[in-house]
Amino acid sequence: MDFNTFLIQLLNGVQYGLLLFLVSSGLTLVFGIMGIINVAHGSFYMIGAYLAWSLAAQIGSFWLALPVAIVLSVAIGLALEWLVVRWLYQRDHLYQVLCTYGLILVFEELRSVLWGDDVRSLPVPDLLNRSIPLTDTLSYPVYRLGISVVCIAVAAGLYYVIQKTRLGMTIRAGASNRDMVQSLGINIGLVYRIVFAAGIALAAFAGMIAAPVSAVAPGMGNQVLIICFVVVVIGGLGSVKGAFVASLLIGLVDTFGKVLQFQVAGVKLLPELSSMTVYVLMAVVLLWRPEGLFGKKL
Amino acid sequence: MTRERAADLRGVAVLAAVVLLLACVPLFAEKFYVQFFAKILIMGILAMSLDLLLGYTGLVSFGHAAFYGTAGYALALLTPEYQAANFWTSFPLAIAASAVAALAIGFFVVRMQGIYFIMVTLAFAQMLFFLFYDTKIAGGNDGIYIDVRPVARIGEWQPFNLDNFAHVYYLVLLLFVATYLLLRVVLASPFGRVLAGIKANEHRMRSLGYATFRYKLACFVLAGALAGVAGYLAAVQFGVVNPEMMGWHLSGAVMMMVILGGMGTLRGPILGAAVWMLLELWFQDLTKHWHLLMGGFIVLTSILLPDGLLGLIAGLARRVRRRDG
Repeated sequence: MDFNTFLIQLLNGVQYGLLLFLVSSGLTLVFGIMGIINVAHGSFYMIGAYLAWSLAAQIGSFWLALPVAIVLSVAIGLALEWLVVRWLYQRDHLYQVLCTYGLILVFEELRSVLWGDDVRSLPVPDLLNRSIPLTDTLSYPVYRLGISVVCIAVAAGLYYVIQKTRLGMTIRAGASNRDMVQSLGINIGLVYRIVFAAGIALAAFAGMIAAPVSAVAPGMGNQVLIICFVVVVIGGLGSVKGAFVASLLIGLVDTFGKVLQFQVAGVKLLPELSSMTVYVLMAVVLLWRPEGLFGKKL
Repeated sequence: MTRERAADLRGVAVLAAVVLLLACVPLFAEKFYVQFFAKILIMGILAMSLDLLLGYTGLVSFGHAAFYGTAGYALALLTPEYQAANFWTSFPLAIAASAVAALAIGFFVVRMQGIYFIMVTLAFAQMLFFLFYDTKIAGGNDGIYIDVRPVARIGEWQPFNLDNFAHVYYLVLLLFVATYLLLRVVLASPFGRVLAGIKANEHRMRSLGYATFRYKLACFVLAGALAGVAGYLAAVQFGVVNPEMMGWHLSGAVMMMVILGGMGTLRGPILGAAVWMLLELWFQDLTKHWHLLMGGFIVLTSILLPDGLLGLIAGLARRVRRRDG
């Protein structure tokens, strides 16, 4: 592999990893703070992508569609917390999994009713539709670089809000002792609602910005969800830092797993099996540190 | 006669009556309904095997379909093209395949707790799913047909013919009863008591000197093997296997059956499987978008009916008794 191919794969791996971070940070936040395991989290990645596609088509501009879609997904998150999720706080994880599994079926079917079952594609917005030439034949699309930059900005913002602001302090306090925070006169129900909506908005936002570079297709959320589970298990449940490290790790392992296997073997040595590499990584981490890289001891 | 003896006898009588009734189904019903009943029984086996983990040991597996699918694929791969497999070898081999898969996956997942267990079982099940979905080992995402059903010949004598749907039904019924009785025995045995202890308080069991890891792993393998029984039967009945057999939609549906009926009992999952299958049939008839109804039903059940239908019945009975007495 020459340097330019390596660079392209590295950038691809980082971009994929950062995108995974947006989705998995929501998952891990909602679990770490509220103790809720939301299996339907991946559905919001799908909903985000479909919202971006359909709004961009109706409004005529990707950049205007983006804020509208974000507002809509926050609204959906708030409504969902009020309608369904708040009944699950005191329940066993089993019921949370079951209930949110039911939500997957609902969202997947609503998607089918509203937007049909065809695979859609969203053009890359004009502003970023160019590429940086690396050699005569190789180049790298600017939009993908843009995704990475936006993801890093969101990650930095997330860090700032959680660690440096008053809201973040309340959230962290609520994660460690719900009752104590409540008796200090803070409306913890409201805090939970905000966290849940934010988590969902993160997943939906990831779907929106990923839409122009990946197919907008039925079931796209489920695949992301499983990989996010792997990320969260490797990083340690509830740890945003762990999710960040594990996302990048998975992004790189997955990307290079596909390329290297292809090249080392010379002939096609079951390139399909490369999708297994991330699971092997998970198994190794679990044997070594069952609580994940940054998780609390089990 | 003690009260427990009487309850035991009543239980045996009810079981015998139910089996007798079920045995009569092929005498009256058309092929479609016989096969539908067989499917309920197959799902009943699968749900009972999941309840061994879920309700009795406290291991919430979200990847149980993987072992169901493994046995199905084992039969498909053991069946030579245009020829029949031998039932007497393919059946135990398929179960063994499921047990080995459960052993390999269980080795990793059983050391996990709570939420980690849920996520890791799902992830490993999806790994198996993608193995069959992405590669050409067995027909990729289209699945693979079992052109000729297994033949159960001993020398010249053929005790049953799996091309006949009624014979398939009776085989399913036989294995359904066998699974039920096996689980009854296992749960009443010292092994089953240890599992109950693990569910109640694993730390205490460990400090009492039980190697809980081994017990949980054995339980996981047993549940996987029984799921394999269901998977083999499903492959025989429908003559086709596909990756969906391992998918998380089935894992979720089976979990739903267990909860819907009432977990921690053997009757619960059976009742749950029957109600679930009937609902599915009804909803499919009602609208093209029946997943919407199914999803809504799951959401409502998990919020409103945590103890399942058996819990609901018991609660109502208690209320009636209190009013009378």
